[in-house]
Amino acid sequence: MLLTVEDIQTYYGNSHVLHGVDLEVGAGEVVALVGRNGAGKTTTLRSIMGLTPPRSGSVRFKDQAIAGEKPHRIARRGIAYVPESREPFSLLTVEENLTIATNPRSPWQLDQVWQWFPALKEIRDRKGGHLSGGQQQMMVIGRGLLTGPELLLLDEPSQGLAPVIVETVVEMLKDLRKSNLSVLLVEQSIGVALDLADRIYVLNEGRVALHARSEEIREDPSRLDAYLGLSAT
Amino acid sequence: MTTGLIIVQLMNGIALGALYALMAFGLSIIKGLLNIPNFAHGALYLIGAYVAFEVSSSLDSFWLGLPAAVLASAAVGVVIERFGVRRLYGSAYLFQLLLLFGIALVLEQCVILIWGTLGQSLTPPGILMGAVDLGVSLFPKYLLFTTLVSFLVIVGIWFVIEKTHFGAVIRAGLERREMVSALGINIELLFTLAFAMGAGLAGLAGALAVPLVGVSNTMGTDMLAIAFVVVVLGGLGSIYGAIAAGLLVGIVQSMSALWVPSASTVLIYAMMILIIAFRPQGLLGER
Ligand SMILES: Nc1ncnc2c1ncn2[C@@H]1O[C@H](COP(=O)(O)OP(=O)(O)O)[C@@H](O)[C@H]1O
Ligand SMILES: [Mg+2]
Repeated sequence: MLLTVEDIQTYYGNSHVLHGVDLEVGAGEVVALVGRNGAGKTTTLRSIMGLTPPRSGSVRFKDQAIAGEKPHRIARRGIAYVPESREPFSLLTVEENLTIATNPRSPWQLDQVWQWFPALKEIRDRKGGHLSGGQQQMMVIGRGLLTGPELLLLDEPSQGLAPVIVETVVEMLKDLRKSNLSVLLVEQSIGVALDLADRIYVLNEGRVALHARSEEIREDPSRLDAYLGLSAT
Repeated sequence: MTTGLIIVQLMNGIALGALYALMAFGLSIIKGLLNIPNFAHGALYLIGAYVAFEVSSSLDSFWLGLPAAVLASAAVGVVIERFGVRRLYGSAYLFQLLLLFGIALVLEQCVILIWGTLGQSLTPPGILMGAVDLGVSLFPKYLLFTTLVSFLVIVGIWFVIEKTHFGAVIRAGLERREMVSALGINIELLFTLAFAMGAGLAGLAGALAVPLVGVSNTMGTDMLAIAFVVVVLGGLGSIYGAIAAGLLVGIVQSMSALWVPSASTVLIYAMMILIIAFRPQGLLGER
């Protein structure tokens, strides 16, 4: 396995948010993490990234224990994080945003990003703070990929985007499947998650409540109802 | 009152303001990137002044004194950051304030131990002595020199910050520290560099000030108060606001000396209160 998360317990101050999460992502695999608002999806990604380090449990990446390391060390091991709030650098141009942490050994370079998102190329000199939500999302995905990751942590990429933009992003993610990139995708839209992912973990109140292959869920989507409420279908 | 006198005071103000700008620029970079109010900034200015004085007088070379001051203050800055401030990132403001005040006191006492409490003065090097004729009036060469050096340094730093990749990383870090580190950039190294740069600028300001005001062990504290006023005026979170505000404060201070000499210091604080009342975000600050 490329990434193995075992029994992590994560807190914000005294508030206990993750109560022993286990999950795995294999090389080249796309794994979705779904669950209600507040279930702990973002916290799981932040724990892996070292931004909110777990208090106990283990995170292994390429067979090395990484829990407790500084975020920049974890990133350099080959993990890129695309946060839910996107975090564009608003005073930097689109091109500066994309190339802020480029890795010359990355299989993706700037030209590739322009190919995926021609719309971005047209506004390459615009400031990151002056973009639409969709443009921002494309930019921060590109920014992450240019660091040359083996694992992409992607938090709710379709949130708040117009359907046509969601489609562009989904197509791009499908294109990425041809390379050997692994993705851990947090996604509110079950449609998008099922479309992209090989396996799905359902998180509920800081625990993995269900783990299944995407086909199994597609055959019987009602299995998700208990954890997602009405939005599941 | 003659036009010549007004122009001279204006240029005096610009020279003085350029020193304030050097101080406040460093302070706001440190505040913006590390989120630390550097109360030791005055002490770093003090160290710059005394090192410049020592090197200039004992080696008889003002030109060695300047870089020596910058290096000495920057080196002290690196030590303060790595072994002091770094432990307090993310802890309460009060602890940071106490630590930095403590460090400032220790540094000031060290200066007193080494150089004593007696103030001293230094003349500028020969080539910068005397005055140039501006047509309307004479103006001291050395003041032109400090203005020029300050501006060149500020333009140089502006260029690095706005036009280079390293600068893009700093601008990114000013806005989103956590995201920068999540992209694989060693933010702590960036913090050390930023602190060293701010400290070096304070050292330069101290060194430039010596031929103007001499050295005295209270000069750091006096400068710190004004530098903080300048930072607030310029707007927290706007590093270039500090430059504009520095110039403004320098000019107001020296122009007011023409008409109400006794009120020139009070006027600065009055100006701060007024600007904050009507524009709480400062001159160039946002939000
Ligand atoms: N910075 C924070 N400080 C305190 N509590 C937080 C913080 N961020 C998230 N939480 C809490 O942790 C829980 C899980 O949040 P999160 O991981 O963001 O959920 P999700 O991404 O699944 O919506 C929620 O109850 C949320 O209120
Ligand atoms: Mg979330």
